[in-house]
Amino acid sequence: MNVPAAWYLVLAAILFGIGAFGLLTRRSALIMFMCIELMLNAVNLTFVTFSRTLSDIDGQAIVFFVMVVAAAEVTVGLGIVVAVFRRRPSSSVDELSELKG
Amino acid sequence: MTAVSYAIPSVLIFVTSALLIVVGAVGVISVKNPVHAALSLIMTLFGVAVAFIAQSADFLAAVQIIVYAGAIVVLFLFVIMFLGVDRRDHVTVEPLVGQRAFAAVGVLLTVGGLVTLMARSHWVTGAMSVSSQGTPIATGQGNVRELGTAVFTTYLFAFEATAALLIIAVVGAVLLARRERATQTEEAGQ
Repeated sequence: MNVPAAWYLVLAAILFGIGAFGLLTRRSALIMFMCIELMLNAVNLTFVTFSRTLSDIDGQAIVFFVMVVAAAEVTVGLGIVVAVFRRRPSSSVDELSELKG
Repeated sequence: MTAVSYAIPSVLIFVTSALLIVVGAVGVISVKNPVHAALSLIMTLFGVAVAFIAQSADFLAAVQIIVYAGAIVVLFLFVIMFLGVDRRDHVTVEPLVGQRAFAAVGVLLTVGGLVTLMARSHWVTGAMSVSSQGTPIATGQGNVRELGTAVFTTYLFAFEATAALLIIAVVGAVLLARRERATQTEEAGQ
């Protein structure tokens, strides 16, 4: 018998939690992007697990689209990171304080 | 129902993927060097691919390796090299007092709530979706054919929309990362 779906769901929840914690605490814009990827992967794992549990291919189709949108998001996001941090010594998001009054 | 009743290979595969995922994810959020974080991210992505294969999502596992580990992480590494490795991002320094504690409490609440929901609710099992006409996905063997049929029939419009989205993203990234011509002359003057 295969392992129950709940194991994979708990694993995905833990992965999402680790990604959220990193996104909230790290300062480097690149690391924050990687944490967003971790959270997206956690959601993908949940979709695939439910796809197996409910024996429904739609969950996997949605994961396919999530991957495409994640690729587009990373492309544009890293373009913004390059444009913003090109002239700065570090990639810390704390440096973006031009709007401070 | 004890853990003994599960097949040993599936338990081993789950433990392997869980170790890869958790160790890689902790590495991403804890190491100082962004290059090491990107390599830890590859580890997590491989763990997720193992979990995909264990749940008979073969095509998605291949796409996971090719697109995520092959393209997205390489893009991260390119940007890290372009901006220079930032060694001043100290993991131990905490600019906002209490930020780590608040983040940990919030994350623990979220994960705890999710796990509690899972433990206290029971799944809707046996119900087939309308779009797949009640045909179950093949378990234990590849279901690439079913996934392709779903993507190219039910989700054809979404598929074409993602194609347009990718083109727009590529053009947008080129525009964003391009140097202005005035900036180039200014740099040459310096």
